[in-house]
Amino acid sequence: MKTAYERVKEARSVERPTGQDFITGLFKGFIELHGDRRFSDDTAMLGGLAKWKGQAVTVLTTEKGKDTKERIYRNFGAPNPEGYRKALRLMKQAEKFGRPVICFVDTSGAYCGIGAEERGQGQAIAENLMEMMTLRTPILTILIGEGGSGGALALGVADEVWILENAVYSVISPEGCASILWKDAAKADEAAKSLHLTAEDVKELHVAEKVIPEYDGNFNAILEELRGQIEQWMNKVTSCTIEELLEKRYARFRAIGSEYVKEIVSSQEDDR
Amino acid sequence: MSLPMIFRKSKNELEKGGRSMSVDVSREVPMVKCPVCTRSYIPDDIRKEKYVCACGHHMRMSARQRIDFLADKDSFTELYADLFGSDPLQFPGYREKLEQSRNKSEEQEGVICGTADILRQPCAVFVMESQFMMGSMGTVVGEKLTRLFEYAMEHHLPVVGCTVSGGARMQEGILSLMQMAKVSGAVKRYSDAGGFYLTILTDPTTGGVTASFAMEGDIIISEPGATIGFAGARVIEQTVRKKLPAGFQKAEFLMEHGFIDKIVPRSKLKNVTAHLLALHAGGTAI
Repeated sequence: MKTAYERVKEARSVERPTGQDFITGLFKGFIELHGDRRFSDDTAMLGGLAKWKGQAVTVLTTEKGKDTKERIYRNFGAPNPEGYRKALRLMKQAEKFGRPVICFVDTSGAYCGIGAEERGQGQAIAENLMEMMTLRTPILTILIGEGGSGGALALGVADEVWILENAVYSVISPEGCASILWKDAAKADEAAKSLHLTAEDVKELHVAEKVIPEYDGNFNAILEELRGQIEQWMNKVTSCTIEELLEKRYARFRAIGSEYVKEIVSSQEDDR
Repeated sequence: MSLPMIFRKSKNELEKGGRSMSVDVSREVPMVKCPVCTRSYIPDDIRKEKYVCACGHHMRMSARQRIDFLADKDSFTELYADLFGSDPLQFPGYREKLEQSRNKSEEQEGVICGTADILRQPCAVFVMESQFMMGSMGTVVGEKLTRLFEYAMEHHLPVVGCTVSGGARMQEGILSLMQMAKVSGAVKRYSDAGGFYLTILTDPTTGGVTASFAMEGDIIISEPGATIGFAGARVIEQTVRKKLPAGFQKAEFLMEHGFIDKIVPRSKLKNVTAHLLALHAGGTAI
């Protein structure tokens, strides 16, 4: 059994398949679409159209890149605001043309840079959270590696969220958490455990619906598993109305954490 | 923006629970010291000034003080005051931290919600509390805010929200992150129903709060000099290995870049808020 921090390392491994591997492995005829129509084209966010068994779909992924050269080109998978705006543009298009949206997430987080702040990183993420909640088309999000905080959540307001066995989803990196709380980044191990960021934890907390097994890293087996699961999901979401879907999407997020909120029972009420 | 205002900031201020008004213990009456110009004030005097120093610095104030100053006398009715948090992840040290924060802030959690009149304009209101774990957002803050937007939708009220926050509360892990989506969903539904949401950003508003409901207002105003950003300045500096430009992530910087509507000094905040509420009263709003 791997420790939480070992899973974090696994999730970050450069050997791991990246978003583009999942897109080309699962869909046919992928055509990439660029740009946010406002500022630029963010290479850390890759998106476009593809076919799923004859059905047009919109696919999006944060993309870390395959080798050093590409990783630099992709900004190591850390999107700027224009990346989130490109994603939203493509999602709105999906809504217009009635295409399901499938998002893959693998990012250490939204990019922390001067330009990112100047162009409203917070605003870009916030807008995605709002718009995805009421986007009138089915959305599926699959965490395939690192699910880093708001930068991951900006593609994560979905009808269902799945997470690969060795992927993680966290509010902060374990190193960041350890250095803030204990002034010691070396305690990342303990922080990773405390943050409950592993796939099993995330499912247990009702933040993900499914853990996708990784079959000891057999990528073809993972793809086969996902094909079956996506097939079922597609059947499920296309058999209910968009109103039902949106109601469930809202309720899904509305419920997260509520069970841990307690209410003080005042002594007056006790007396009654 | 004067230079000392940029350099006065301790590097870790958000993470340490924030720079608060320092109290000079050497005197008989504890004095309130401005963290920028170091002028000292007798508490009653600076309270009358709404915690705005003669140098113009807007000091932090508690959520209760802010409600007192924004709401008409006796008009505030608190909602969800009885909600409090547990320790969902059994995170090391979190229970103690919650206890300390309750004692320090005399609040149950990091946000106070309710209804109030502001110069006779009725509204739903939330104010975050910096003394409670730097106004960080966990499950209770998320639940209270979600309920408030649902309440405002049901009762056809505008929402006025004052933010001050270090972001999502890491001691509640992924559950805190999800509150960003939860609250944003409630804001979106409220907004789609025609509700008016005015955001008042105060120092500091950062992280997951900036990346959710702080940036979701129909109109976003800020107090002067407030730090507003997504990533922490120190993290950015380490990432880009560059000195940050002067006034980076200050309210004035955000307005210049088009992300807030207006900077309003605290002395005018109540009037401006009431004016904006009046301009949205009636019509097609919910």
